[in-house]
Amino acid sequence: MALSQQKTRRIIVCDTDKCNGCQVCEFMCSIAKEKTTNQKKSRIRAMRIEPFFNIAIACRKCEKPVCERACPRDAIRVLPDGSIQIEKDKCNGCGWCIESCEFGALRLSFDGGVAFTCDFCSDFGEPQCVKYCPKKALKYITLEEAAKESVRDVLLNVIDKGGK
Amino acid sequence: MKGYAGKYLKVNLSTGVVGQEPLQEGMAIHYLGGLGFGARTLVDMVSRGTEPFSPENVLAWWPGPVAGTILPTSSKFGVFALSPLTGIFGFGICSGGFANELKSAGWDGIVMTGRSSKPAYLFVDDGNAELKDATKYWGKTTWETEDLIKEDLGDSAIRVAAMGPASERLVRFGNITTDKNRQVGRSGMGAVMGSKNVKAVAVRGTGDVEVANLDELTKFAAEINERCQGPKTEKYRVYGTPANILVHNRIGCLPTRNFQSGTFEGAEEVSGERMSRTHVKKILACTNCPVACDHVNEVKDGPYAGTVASVDYESLGQLGPLCGVSDLNAITKAVALCDELGVDTISAGVVVAWAMECFEKGLLTKDDTDGLDLRFGNGDAMVEAVRKLSLKEGKLGGLLSEGVKRASQVVGRGSDKFAIHCKGMEWAAYSMRSLQTSTLGFCTSIRGADYLRSGSYQVDVAGKVDRLKLDSSRGKIVYEGENQYAVIDSLIICKFTRGVYTSFDEIAEAYTLITGIEMTGQQLVEAGERIYNAAKCFNVRFGASRKDDYPPPRAFEEPMPDDVVKGARIVREEYDAALDSYYEGRGWNKEGVPTKQKLIELGLTKEAEELGA
Repeated sequence: MALSQQKTRRIIVCDTDKCNGCQVCEFMCSIAKEKTTNQKKSRIRAMRIEPFFNIAIACRKCEKPVCERACPRDAIRVLPDGSIQIEKDKCNGCGWCIESCEFGALRLSFDGGVAFTCDFCSDFGEPQCVKYCPKKALKYITLEEAAKESVRDVLLNVIDKGGK
Repeated sequence: MKGYAGKYLKVNLSTGVVGQEPLQEGMAIHYLGGLGFGARTLVDMVSRGTEPFSPENVLAWWPGPVAGTILPTSSKFGVFALSPLTGIFGFGICSGGFANELKSAGWDGIVMTGRSSKPAYLFVDDGNAELKDATKYWGKTTWETEDLIKEDLGDSAIRVAAMGPASERLVRFGNITTDKNRQVGRSGMGAVMGSKNVKAVAVRGTGDVEVANLDELTKFAAEINERCQGPKTEKYRVYGTPANILVHNRIGCLPTRNFQSGTFEGAEEVSGERMSRTHVKKILACTNCPVACDHVNEVKDGPYAGTVASVDYESLGQLGPLCGVSDLNAITKAVALCDELGVDTISAGVVVAWAMECFEKGLLTKDDTDGLDLRFGNGDAMVEAVRKLSLKEGKLGGLLSEGVKRASQVVGRGSDKFAIHCKGMEWAAYSMRSLQTSTLGFCTSIRGADYLRSGSYQVDVAGKVDRLKLDSSRGKIVYEGENQYAVIDSLIICKFTRGVYTSFDEIAEAYTLITGIEMTGQQLVEAGERIYNAAKCFNVRFGASRKDDYPPPRAFEEPMPDDVVKGARIVREEYDAALDSYYEGRGWNKEGVPTKQKLIELGLTKEAEELGA
């Protein structure tokens, strides 16, 4: 395999310099996926660590998803693109998947007691959080692309400072 | 009626009983929310002669109908009470996640009455609300309280609005803080919390905020979001409001050394441009804001190293140039102290600048300042004075914590002539004599000297009028601005987005998409006029009249010394004419009291009977 799946799978990447904690991603997610305004129903989570650090995190499409293995009821399937599908009929809301995820990318719904996570807006063609991020801090790209962008940002920063 | 939750909480702090009331549709349509609901609450519930710090005062928390929706900059709320600083209509408007959370919990607002017998905080957990013991948080700063309550309730997503040690001590300009950097500022709403023994309000909301037309509103919001990345908000995004420092300095309207002049030799050193290079570490946004104006400073070296505070133009101006201070480290430290201990930065800056002038004129000595060398330009002394006043520490702290009006009455000997306030509210960072339409707006403001009630400084700064004089064309500029701002403050959206909407019809469209209630821009502005008049009636009930609508003597008696605006002062006859034109346009009498006819026209019949002229 020339490239690992990890390098070819697109995920939602957050530029923490640009992310300012506005949480518009959470609003747009709940509107897209739940047809209502409720940040607590968002698949992406915006987090601020005082005083200077902001990030928004959604499912990372792990190579070996721990959530899948953690689920005692086989309710979690991994789709070919790496995203996670939770079968509502099988899920009983035990929360093991949530505990197992290192990124806090799964949530439990308040009403039905079922776990849910980001499906990258397969029904919209592109993640709506990315589309509406006011500062373009969110991108739907592969980690390989993310790494290239990081290098580019470093270089731009150097150029900005006149090569110093 | 979507957008609105349809009910609000009523908390009797004396008995501990928490109940609920339905929100009437008529109230929604005629008063919108936010400032409108605040005006209605105070007029209905606070009777003549009430003392601000008594249990009879009300403390009302009102977001607007747009809070909790996707409309950009909509997560805002106001807190309303009879002000202990001004003795009239008091309130502060604040951003952050609090408003959104409260709406998600299913409430349009909270109305508190009475006084708790021991320190308490209100925890609103979706449909449930209860008063909890806050003894362990008493004495904690606003930031500590926020963290501790979240920790104790076991949920970091809970939003907390807390007052600080200053308000516990009833400093008259005590603030309320939420999300660390966001303040309910001006007019002492935190101090009213202090008088009621309420340390904080914590909210967890997990419900949906329903709107009338989600698809269209989402498209609408996306468009506004896009415009918010354009030229109309560029200033706020790039340098934040501190960009004003150099602009104002250039045209001689940057208040310096207690409003003695309008240009500051150290302006460059405290400019937004400089601050961005040397101090700004991160730009933050409030909840659901696509603009992001909040520039957070970090002090890297010196005695204040490690201090973090978000510094805006008003704080920078009043703790900086107004005190003759050009040290950004000291200014950042002073802002951090204000935020943590919970006092208003503008009021703090003005009262310290006044004390500095007193000190230089020999009206205050080192004996009065607890040994501080309180000269203009002494940044360390300024920081220490801010700390003292926030804690009412020593002779100086006790004196300054009362606000500049009361402090100058205590000191006397002519110091009231340079106590720069209107109705007891310390003047914000706009020069009185070189921005004269602004000054008229500051003085007609229902909250006392206030740049946020009409935005009338804009015609001055933009050069649309002769800003060095006044005439009878200015009244209209001010009251039209007031009516429009009353709408913005009632919905509530951020004033920084006022320029991205093409008209009030467009804002009305958003209101209709959210609530399902048909509304035009004209109707909104009429509601704004009704709201402003209701608030004015409240002030009339508490004795306000024409004499209260004037700037301090310095504005009339001392010509500006700066080259660029040399000799500028307010001519009394011109001011009178401008004020007359304001009253006349408003339909008020010469004493500034709304006429019965005007009030009836606006549907304020009860007020017409009690207070109308």
